[in-house]
Amino acid sequence: MTRLFNKFEPIKDALQSITGYGLESINVVMERVLSPTEALINGRRTILAGTNNYLGITFDPECIEAACRALREEGTGTTGSRMANGTYAGHIALEQELADFFDKKFCIVFSTGFTANLAILGTLAGHDDVILLDSDCHASIYDGCRLSGAQFMLFRHNNVDNLEKRLKRLGDKSKNTLIVIEGLYSMRGDRAVLRDIVDIKNQYGACLMVDEAHSLGVLGKYGRGLAEEICLEDHVDFVVGTFSKSLGSIGGFCVSNHQELDLLRYASRPYIFTASPSPAVIASTRVALKLLRTRPELRDRLWENSRTLYQRLHDMNFSLGPEPGPIIAVYMKDKEQALTVWSGLLKRGVYVNMVLPPATPDEHPLLRCSMSAAHTPEQVDIICESFSAFKELATA
Amino acid sequence: MGVKPNYQDILNKLYEIVTPFIDEDIDLELNENTELGPDLGLDSLKVMKLLLIVEDSFDVSIPLNILPDVRTIKDFAKQLEVLLQEEL
Repeated sequence: MTRLFNKFEPIKDALQSITGYGLESINVVMERVLSPTEALINGRRTILAGTNNYLGITFDPECIEAACRALREEGTGTTGSRMANGTYAGHIALEQELADFFDKKFCIVFSTGFTANLAILGTLAGHDDVILLDSDCHASIYDGCRLSGAQFMLFRHNNVDNLEKRLKRLGDKSKNTLIVIEGLYSMRGDRAVLRDIVDIKNQYGACLMVDEAHSLGVLGKYGRGLAEEICLEDHVDFVVGTFSKSLGSIGGFCVSNHQELDLLRYASRPYIFTASPSPAVIASTRVALKLLRTRPELRDRLWENSRTLYQRLHDMNFSLGPEPGPIIAVYMKDKEQALTVWSGLLKRGVYVNMVLPPATPDEHPLLRCSMSAAHTPEQVDIICESFSAFKELATA
Repeated sequence: MGVKPNYQDILNKLYEIVTPFIDEDIDLELNENTELGPDLGLDSLKVMKLLLIVEDSFDVSIPLNILPDVRTIKDFAKQLEVLLQEEL
């Protein structure tokens, strides 16, 4: 009898422990998506407050039309990697447009945001190098570090003293070090302490990569992310991002002024051996980037909705992430409470993300809301009212 | 730089650090062969938390690369011994 599958037993047990709450809490199916903020779930019209669809442009007619045109004119897929047979004019155009948007010399587009991190980290750092990553970084960053073969170490979330301690211990090797952080952290929804990190990175001669996956289109006057918001873009060596949040499609990118980024195309296995993004994806992303640049009012609306929800949940005494923003983490006492509140919200027609340890930053489960510019004030009211039904339970 | 702890010192310190991580419902006396995952039930989140505490306690940076080679407390202590020697 094979023992190959024994490792899945803990997963089976964990799944078993969360059944019995009336709904398949992990495998929510959106039977029909009605708009950027609504879908039919279990036959019920449900407000989506856990989509990362920050600018709410997934149903934008111009994006859809561009994607349809690309489908008709260029087909359903590229059927190959960029290096072999899959570079289309659209890939190059999008890279140029992203480079122009970030005012950087070089850009590479990847098939997903996850692949972008695997490709950049896995290739940029090698056996003689060190990566220091914030402990709240995304799984793709951890996996990119593993792929690189470099020594990689955590520093405590947003703790600059902890980071400096590690750089100091590295001695001269700090010059072979890449520091990796995120502009806006995906679970707690807080910003990186970028200004302090830049000071330290400059002091020790390290390189800095910022993943602006959740901050693209969200932070900064022009939507370029945290580094733009606090005027430190020149101090960030590599910016990584995704198309699957504010840009409403799928894909990833990296921009930099280091010309070595362009050479990475010839060395990065996740880039070389992955099929390139489909023409429809590229076409809608290009239009979405144009909308991000030309419609700052979307960002204003997103922040208005985010501040309203954060403030109202705060007034109800829910335990929340450290700062208002489009990602609002509502901490739960334990798994049972998280499941009760989460399934109760869904029954009331509000979908948020439930995140259980060990996928959370600490031992507390959380309900993660992500707001959209497309949420109407009435929808924000309904989200707040739905949470209010659980305030006694969750704030006791 | 002060005198580096020997293997036994490291082991004793690790027992001290690991003890609060043991679930109340696990009746277990720690020894070198105690496995962090199967015996103590530490998930990836708890392992990361443990790692940060051990780093502070020994004033050493621990690369995550060592984790695939760490199953038992003894494995952890051996890896720490090497890391602390490298710092000398």
